[in-house]
Amino acid sequence: MRRPLVRRLTALAAAAIFLPAAAACGSGDSTGESGAKGGTSPLVIYSGRQQALVKPLLAKLEKAVGAKVQVRYGDSAELSAQLLDEGDRTKAALFFSQDAGALGALSKEKRLAKLPQATLDKVAPAYRSANGDWTGVSGRARVIAYHPDKTPEVPGSVRDLVEPEWKGKVGYAPTNASFQAFVTGMRILDGDDATRTWLKGLKANGAKAYAHNIAVLDAVESGEVSVGLVNHYYWYERVAEKGADKVKAKLHFPRGGDPGALVNVAGVGVLKGSGESEQARKAVEFLLSKEAQTYFAEDTKEYPLAAGVTSSVKDLPSLDSLDSPKIDLARLDSLRDTLAMLQDVGMV
Amino acid sequence: MRSTDPSSAVTSSADPSAAAPSPAGARRRGGPRPPWMLVVPAAVAAVFAVLPLGYLAVRSLERGPGYAWDIVADERTFSLLGRSLGLAAVVVAACLVLGISLAWLTVRTALPGARAWSVLATLPLAVPSYVAAFAWLSAAPGLAGFTGSALALTLVSFPYVHLPVAAALRGIDPAQEEASRSLGHGPVRTFLRVTLPQLRPAAAGGALLVALYVLSDFGAVSLMRYDTFTRAIHTSYRASFDRTPAAALSVVLVVMTVALVAAEVRTRGRAGHARTGTGTARRAAPVALGRLRVAALAWCGAVTAAAVVFPLGTLGYWLAVGNSATWDPAGLLDTAVATLSVAAAGAALTTMLALPVGVIAARYRGRAAHLLEQAAYAGHALPGITVALALVFFSVRYAYPLYQQLPLLVGAYAVLFLPVAVAATRAAVLQSPPVLEEVARSLGRSPARVLRDVTVPLAAPGVAAGAALTFVVCMKELPATLLLRPTGMDTLATRLWTETGTGSYAAAAPYAAALILLAAVPSYLLGKHRT
Repeated sequence: MRRPLVRRLTALAAAAIFLPAAAACGSGDSTGESGAKGGTSPLVIYSGRQQALVKPLLAKLEKAVGAKVQVRYGDSAELSAQLLDEGDRTKAALFFSQDAGALGALSKEKRLAKLPQATLDKVAPAYRSANGDWTGVSGRARVIAYHPDKTPEVPGSVRDLVEPEWKGKVGYAPTNASFQAFVTGMRILDGDDATRTWLKGLKANGAKAYAHNIAVLDAVESGEVSVGLVNHYYWYERVAEKGADKVKAKLHFPRGGDPGALVNVAGVGVLKGSGESEQARKAVEFLLSKEAQTYFAEDTKEYPLAAGVTSSVKDLPSLDSLDSPKIDLARLDSLRDTLAMLQDVGMV
Repeated sequence: MRSTDPSSAVTSSADPSAAAPSPAGARRRGGPRPPWMLVVPAAVAAVFAVLPLGYLAVRSLERGPGYAWDIVADERTFSLLGRSLGLAAVVVAACLVLGISLAWLTVRTALPGARAWSVLATLPLAVPSYVAAFAWLSAAPGLAGFTGSALALTLVSFPYVHLPVAAALRGIDPAQEEASRSLGHGPVRTFLRVTLPQLRPAAAGGALLVALYVLSDFGAVSLMRYDTFTRAIHTSYRASFDRTPAAALSVVLVVMTVALVAAEVRTRGRAGHARTGTGTARRAAPVALGRLRVAALAWCGAVTAAAVVFPLGTLGYWLAVGNSATWDPAGLLDTAVATLSVAAAGAALTTMLALPVGVIAARYRGRAAHLLEQAAYAGHALPGITVALALVFFSVRYAYPLYQQLPLLVGAYAVLFLPVAVAATRAAVLQSPPVLEEVARSLGRSPARVLRDVTVPLAAPGVAAGAALTFVVCMKELPATLLLRPTGMDTLATRLWTETGTGSYAAAAPYAAALILLAAVPSYLLGKHRT
């Protein structure tokens, strides 16, 4: 009984020593090939956006920029914290963030290089940094999803959801970055005290927490809750996937500058000290090109932000027509205070 | 038998004879000072292992002790402490019940298929906590919070109790139980009064491992949205650009761990089971279960179903509903190869570093030997995220070429899992009779030759089992891998984590399934090893 086992375990141990050597050669090839190609080093992108969503786009970007691209996927806030830790020694040339707040945090610490004015001018000032060191590349609106049979009257504002009529009928995703950005927006618009009161009210009103936006939308779809706080594109993706007649939930875009209608952006900034800024700037250009903007519109169902490209998604109200709150998106960088507040009220 | 230190649970799990009467005097033998050829590499390993503690000191004090104190003394810190300890207590209690009951049923009773059940009870080692959490959560979202966290963590960590207790049960001389029975005590009373006390060291060691695991777990509690210390450290790191709070909270976690280890040492200290003679190494007669057979089978079946079948079934479901867009065999293969490679490298480095420390711990005593051993355990107190932050800090400043390179990730695994390998080595060396080394030495062999020709070959099976266990835990490791992996590289764990983070269960399922299946191989060997 013991002998063969010893042999097997020894074989495992031997494999443990040889496999990494083999792997080192393997990984050396994959990272080395770019270095070998005409001596250009790879363009390193830190992507807070999900691999499944942007990988095809980044493959196109690789062609457009003419350099090998290496992507580090992660959470936007986490990657921006890591970039701050790395300082000017970072290998990253470009930060592709899911959210304006993370870019704002890097900008505040002067880690981002100024972008050419011509690039910046493609995007409306509301969706880029006032210092010109980052720009949004796609827009994402907060919306209220609702189940038409269970919701005789659509709530006009997220502020209404603490009323007794919505008791136990609201779904939300407290750990989701977009929800947290929305709460940050509400703090900027209504102040900390009012926001805290609202969060407490929402919780006391029996609002149901879900792990992510898709689960919230599922819950609305099945009637488990009557309304849910999500981003617009989840619904449009679902409609594209299943057909409009098969999707029960409907969307409401709150008006009157309601915090529930916040338009956040996914955006990019070029890091200082990378030595790759030329390629990185080209990459930003590409992300604002017609090709990339059409990708955002059609594949991720977000709002294209570059002038001259409009979404072709059916039934999607135009970005200009949304009556969203006017706030400086860079101010969404106070995520830390938002998290402290969410912890305080016991939501995360 | 004497069970040893915190991680002896792992060791006994790793070696069947751990429970056999070990040369009890071995440690006390003292004898010569350890040779330099052992001390130097052991000291290197120890320095490596305490590096993160140095980082914590630097970071938490960098804005003055007052600032760090404000964070530590915050009301929220105490509430987190309570939550973490509460969760650990519940999970430990549940693991003791599951682990001991399964060990007794599979080792000491005429349970049908006992060996198969025993192996099945090892397999949860292959299931990462966050996969268990994700499986339960996707089936019953209402479990989120304390209940779900406790459930997921119990189901993945009870083997830490089951393995050493089963090994101990095998090693107990049945004569005492027979004596108890002959005095008219029933089986239940005999178990409670005679058997259970003898299992205490093994169970306490396993319980300590479970407690440490719960304290440092990040994946399951994150998915279950239950705020514990480690999750707070992670959140603080993630959302704020000030690293001091994360470091200060980590210090509290280290202190808590040290207290737990000390408590376990005390438990063990009073649990002496002196006896004269070594007794005869024979197996106890299996207890007939009678009418309880069905209940026993149902119990084993239920535990296995919840811990192994259910997560696999959930993954199967998600695989089935996943559309072709989420199915990427080439990517899966690359990721699997990368995972196996880094885990193998991590296991190899950890085992190499652990070897001198383990030999010293087993064969020599004195302050230096003790210090080296203690230092090697430092990593056990730290969550992966803290070790990763420490290595980011040092490599960005002092070893930039290593930053985000494979060697650094492998080094992180070594820091995190050194205790697992040290404990395995130590136990394996303890079990081989020191007299053989003395004979070799008396025949004029140099210390190096003795080590190479006698000590290492004799300890090899136990060391290899330790390496296999290290391999499994490296494969599952998440937070350090997320931070330290080279850009562009993914492991199965990081891929499935990023996919579950965005709710793409179907996309995460292939990675989770591959991870479990690959980790099941060494886990299975570990389980089989003991039977």
